[in-house]
Order: sequence, then structure tokens, then C-alpha cells
Amino acid sequence: MDGFETTAGSRPPEESAEAAPRAALSRRRFMVYSLAASTLTIAAPLGCDTSTAQGATPSAAPAASDVLVTGTDEEMLVLEVTAANKVVVRLPRVEVGQGITTAVAMMIAEELDARLADVDIPLADARTGGNQYTGGSNSVSSLYGPARALAATARARLVTAAARRWRVPAWSLRTRDTMVIGPGGRTATFGSLTASAAKIRRTSVSSKPKPAAKHQVIGRPTTRIDARAIVTGEAKYAGDVTVAGVKPTVVARPPTIRGKIVSVDDRAARALPGVRAVVRIPGGVAVVADSFHHAFKARDALRIKWAPGPLAGLSDAAVRSRLKAAVPRLGTPPTGSTQIQGEFEFAFVSHAPMEVLTAVADVRAHKAEFWFSTQTPMEARDAVASAVGLPASAVRVHVLRGGGSFGRRLNYDAAIEAALISKAAGRPVKLMWSRNDDIRHGRMRPASHHRIRASHKDGRVVAFTHSMASVSESSEGKGVVNQAAFGGRLSAGPAPSDSGLYNFGRISEDWGGIELAIPLGAWRSVDSGTMRTAEEIVVDEVAASLGQDAVDFRRTTLRNKAVKAVLDKVAAAGQWGRSLPDGHAQGVAVHEEYGSCVACLAEIDATDPKNPRVTKVVMAADVGRAVNPRGLEAQLMGTAVDGISTVLQAGLHLDRGAIREGSFADFHWARQRHAPLRFEAHIMPANGEPGGAGELGVPAASGAVANAYARATGTKPRRFPLNF
Amino acid sequence: MPSHSFILNGKPVTVEAPADMPLLWVLRDLLHVTGPKYGCGVGVCRACTSHLDGEEIQPCVVKVEDCQDRKVTTIEGLADGDTLHPVQQAWMDCDVSQCGFCQPGQIMAAAALLKRTPHPTDADIDRIENVCRCGTYARIREAINRAASEITP
Repeated sequence: MDGFETTAGSRPPEESAEAAPRAALSRRRFMVYSLAASTLTIAAPLGCDTSTAQGATPSAAPAASDVLVTGTDEEMLVLEVTAANKVVVRLPRVEVGQGITTAVAMMIAEELDARLADVDIPLADARTGGNQYTGGSNSVSSLYGPARALAATARARLVTAAARRWRVPAWSLRTRDTMVIGPGGRTATFGSLTASAAKIRRTSVSSKPKPAAKHQVIGRPTTRIDARAIVTGEAKYAGDVTVAGVKPTVVARPPTIRGKIVSVDDRAARALPGVRAVVRIPGGVAVVADSFHHAFKARDALRIKWAPGPLAGLSDAAVRSRLKAAVPRLGTPPTGSTQIQGEFEFAFVSHAPMEVLTAVADVRAHKAEFWFSTQTPMEARDAVASAVGLPASAVRVHVLRGGGSFGRRLNYDAAIEAALISKAAGRPVKLMWSRNDDIRHGRMRPASHHRIRASHKDGRVVAFTHSMASVSESSEGKGVVNQAAFGGRLSAGPAPSDSGLYNFGRISEDWGGIELAIPLGAWRSVDSGTMRTAEEIVVDEVAASLGQDAVDFRRTTLRNKAVKAVLDKVAAAGQWGRSLPDGHAQGVAVHEEYGSCVACLAEIDATDPKNPRVTKVVMAADVGRAVNPRGLEAQLMGTAVDGISTVLQAGLHLDRGAIREGSFADFHWARQRHAPLRFEAHIMPANGEPGGAGELGVPAASGAVANAYARATGTKPRRFPLNF
Repeated sequence: MPSHSFILNGKPVTVEAPADMPLLWVLRDLLHVTGPKYGCGVGVCRACTSHLDGEEIQPCVVKVEDCQDRKVTTIEGLADGDTLHPVQQAWMDCDVSQCGFCQPGQIMAAAALLKRTPHPTDADIDRIENVCRCGTYARIREAINRAASEITP
């Protein structure tokens, strides 16, 4: 890497023009570097503070023909302008539907004045260092600075190169549509300038990102860059990958969670046509075959004797009572106060991404190569390497787009299994979990129990206490297919829920838990999805007991103006308080997290309480700055369906150590007939840098649906899902 | 192994496959047509939805022998060359997709619905069973209505 400074004038490596992030984020500065290459190639440190970034000490410059790069460059976000006039940024994040590739393409197109169609955002392979973690709704906020700084620097280089070519002052040039435009309307594509721009040491125009007021792309509702690939069926997921010699593979799994093999008779299975290998792995018995049809047939022909798993005696009722007993006691309420108290239970919930876990593995004697979708590629690479006894440096992991995740792809269970199978079978394999595998043996949002008490006195809440217990995954149950829970707190510790959202006097939280040998994982919005939902129900009950309207009560007790504003927005847009027929009602809830806030108003038809329909949802979000309002609306729409599903109808039963549900036939995720007939999302005006958004809506939507159901039915919702 | 012939996206194909092999795996594993997705294998999630002689099917529960001499259309065969089918175009216009995995099936289900019922009501649309785990249902509804007005104004 050539570590010279790149900015206009003689300033040191540049601080991004808008490096004053929202108060919730740590202050970051973005330096940009030029990489010696035959095409313009710029790098910016990613997701680390300036001090760390400066650790990117210039190393020996690679040959001019090298585009990239080793060592510290791996930790950077790198932009290349190709001779074919494409702008390529290899993204150290995964696209699972949240729209991060589109959002980053927009940031790049904005600062380069490139056409969006000329910006390519392939997903980076697993790297050796830096931040390659997708989770915690942090992708847009962590990339917003570096991506724009990169592109702005590249633009300055390209303009400077054009000025030299045409011998005109750089200030007289403009950029548009992936071109530099000069006097008399002459044009040069970025691609035609990239080689000379690569040699520019000092730019003649500013390389600062634009002020937000000048944004033309950021903030404009934009269709996904992969929309056409998706609607034509061309978008490729792990199951669609072709690798020479790769064979479809499935695993026979035990009837109970983590049951163990006692004996296997695979003679009948091996005798079937198209069967290439039968391999024992810790999770079961794998069959490698010529097609998935052959693999499933042979799997079903295996005669396996299983020992019951560690939870074989355990069912829901016992889990619920153990959880209840594990909730820490609430302590003494303030003297003279009146108590509103509720106990809330949430069942296990599957992530159930549409694309079941799938991983292609090609493990050889001295190296291995993998293709799968993962939120944690670096950890995944280390884990698969260790599983097959190779050094991590001998393992290449190609990160693929995922067919949904919701937290599921933080864990890489299937990749580890695929590694073991490929090694044992001596050939590349494409391991696919069946939907049964996914729901019965896959990971779940932990079941939890919440005890919440609001104490009021003289018309005011003077104390608010939330004690909870949730299931965590015991270490003896983890075995080879478990890893640390990224982004999810699956063990006891301080709760993240912010009851401090309201002026409720003395706020306290306490946390207990039970350990089970059961596969768990962080689920979109993690603990907030249950904690805040339960709290928002209590807020409604407090308002009712004080004789106040649910919106008015929130408006007078919320601390943050931004939260009041989103609440007011949904109340106005959703006509809060409008008259509805019997059995119909509205509900509201709010949430604040990730430097953002959201409100949701839901209308429900619960004329038949066993078969309710959420008819309308209105949401409003303040995310600081929505890079792609259309994408943000999509995320909110998805969280509305999460709320409807998890509150009303979708959960998992544990029956004697096994999950009862096995597909979308009995895991009742919302279908079109359960989704709101009308959905509106209102995005508050930009007022800073982007906060997080992908998980934001879940607690508000869940709370609003529960509160609407309560009001429509005159019941107090306590156990979720309500119809289970 | 028996041989099966059918018309796939307008072109005749012949494959050697067991008679009971589900069309889904014939398409994906033998013919490398990967638009139809596996999501459950039991006809429930409908991510594989395609057309047989113009009618909606779930290839994961249709045997290849039942396709003999018939017309199979997958998402890859819906567009007319580079010109998208009005349902695909409406999907783009409404930016329906999130992760995209269920969308080939959603689009094929919507195209089949509009063929049967050119101007579907909300109740007609509600009968679509295809699961979208990302929850894009509101945009799916919007896109179907948009496509309906494009196809037969």
C-alpha cells in the first residue's frame, strides 16, 4: 500500500466532512489511502477509531499491477474504478434482504456522481482482520462515513486526472453519470480516467464528502440494485452454486434435540442408486448423493438407533415453570403506591429464514474452500478450519447472499457440518438442512418470562420494575456446532431494555435464567422483542388504570422529543381514537434503540379472538437519516409482520425434548391473509447521521399488535403467541 | 432409469430420472434451473411455485413422470426475452423483494392468479399461501394490483 495522503491541498489524511456523528455513536474519523494499482483504488479503514486506523502502517508497495492487497488492507473498505467504467466495492457485510448492498451503492454513487447501475457491491470473502460482522443493525451507520469518504476521494482524483488530460482548471469540471464533464461539453468516463487517476498524488479539488443538503441519491427512495436479478430468478444463493464435482447432501437427525447415535445400519441406504457416501457427524448421519432426491431417499433408508437427547424428559410446561421460578423477585414498591403488575411469557420462536441453512464445502488435504451465507465470516472460517484441522490461512470462505437471516446466520452450524462431511467423503458437498431440520434442530429465540410492576401514586408512575428470566444455551450442549452468541446476550447480565424511555421515577431491572442444552440464537431485535413488548403492554394498562388515553399518557411521560414526534406521527396518520366496530381496536407502542426510534399503530379485527386479523399498520421512524427510505420502509414492513406473527400465532412447542413444529404448516408464520391490508411507513425528516433500522420496528410492532388485541377483546395478553 | 420429456420454458428437454423424482430436484439438480427454490419440500411454503401447462404447481410435490409431454414454466421462462412479464415489472416497480428467496414463487403464484382472475379482490389475494418470511406482503398486494391494471386495464 502506498500510504501517501490523498486530500486536496496539504492537509493530513482527511477527516470526513460529516464526522460529527449522532451523539449515540462514538466519534470516528475516516482516513483514506490510495493503493498502488493500475486502476484507481482507494481504501478507507472501517469500523475502527482513528488510533486503530493509523495502525495501517504503509507496508511495502505492491507491484503496480496488483489491485489488492494483503495485511492491513484487508481491514479496509476498498473502492476500485475499473477500465470498464464500473465502480466496485467489495463489501465486508452480508446481504440477507436488509438492503445493505443497495444502501452502500447509493452512498458510493452519491459521492462519485456515478450512475447507480455502474456501482457493483460484491460481498467480500472472509477476511483476516477488521470488522466483517453483520448484526446489531449497525451496517449503515458503520459504513456511512468510510463509504462516502472513499467515493469523494476517488471523485477528486478522477476530476484531477481529467483536468490534467484536458489542461483545464479542475474547478471548471463537473461530474455526472460516471463521467467527468468539461468545457464545451466534452466528457470522459471514469473508466477512461482510472489509470491516470491512479497516479495522482495530490488532488486539485476537494475530496470531502458533500454536505447533506446537496445529496441527490442518499435520501431518495431507491429500488434495490438486485431487484431484477431476483425477479428473473438469477439471484444466486448457496444452493444455486455450482462447483465441479459437488454432491447434494442431507443429514438424518435425531427425533429429539441433540439425541445421540447408538448404532447405524446403512446397508440399505448405501445400496440405493446415486448414493456416494454415508458419513457420521456429531449431529447425525449424512448422505452424499447425486441429487437431493437421492439423498433424501437414502436418508430415509438409514436404520439408526438413537439415544434420547439431554432434554428428552422436558416439555413446555416445565420450561415455563422453571423460568417463572428463575425470575428475580421485584423488591418492595414505594410506600403508599398502587401497583399494576403483569407476568408475561414468550415461547421459543424459530428464525426460519426462507432459505434453509445451506453450505458448499470443498475440503482437501491442505486447503479448503466454502460458499455460504454468514453474518460472521471470519469466525466461521476459524471454526471450519479448526473442525477439519487446517490452519485458518488455508481456508477460503466465499460469502453469499442469504435468503433471509433474522439473526440465524450469526451461527454457522451447517458450514461446520459440511466441512466434516466433505473431509470424510473426500469430495465437495452441498449440505442443505431440510425445513424439518431447520425448525426441529435449528436455533430459536429463547423462551422468556417477564414480571413487570409499575407503581403509581397521585396519578404518576413513581417506580417501574422489570424482572425477567430467559433460557440460555448450556455449554455442555453446545458441542461442535455452537459458537459464541454474537449480538445476542444469551446469558445472565444487565438487560438492554430501556425502561428509561419514560419518566417513570425509579427504574430497575433484574435478570435470571435457566440453562438448557438447546440450540438458541439471537433473533431480530434480540431481547427488545420480548422485553419492550411486555413493557408497552404494561404502559397501556397503567394508562387505563389512571383513566388516561394510551397516546396521551405516553406523550406526557416519554422523555425523548424524537420518540414523542414519531408517536404523534402515527397517532395523526393512523387517526388514533377513530371509532371502530365492536371487536375492532387500535393499539400503539414505541421503541428507541440503535440511535433511532419508532412508533407503531396497529388496527385489529378480533371479532373472532382465535382468528384475529391486523387490518392496518402505521409506523413512523426517526433513524437520523434514511439512506434509502424505500429500503427503510421495507424493513419496517417486515417488522410489522414479525410482530403479528410472534404475538398472535407463530411459536414453537417443546414436547419431551423435541420441537413439535416441523414446517410452515404448523409454525404459523403470517401469510398474506394475516398481513395488514393497509401499511404505511412515515420517515421523519433527516436530522443527523444514520442510526440503525433493521431490527428497530420489532418491539413497537409487537407491542402495538398486543395492545390492539387487548383493547379489541377486553383481555390482558400474557402468553405469546396468543393463539398457540 | 426412465427417460422423461417435457417442454421447459419453451424448449424440449429429456432427462433420465426415477419416475417419482420431484420435479423440483429434476429442475435444480439435473437441469440446473435454480429459480424455483426449496423451502420445505412438502408443498407448504411454495417457494418453488412454477407453472404446469399454465397452472400453478409446487414442483417439490409433483413427480417428473406427471410432466411427460407437458409445458413446465419456471421463473426463468416467465419473461419474454428481455421484456419482463407485467408481474415481474410490477415487482420491480413496487420494489417488492427483500431477501428475494421466495419471490420467484410469489411471482409465479401471482401470474397464475392473474391468469385465472384478471382483477383479483383482496380476498382473492389473501388466498395466496406463499410464505414471505421477510414480510413483504403489503408490497406483494400492491404489485399484484398494479400488474392487474397493466395486463387488462
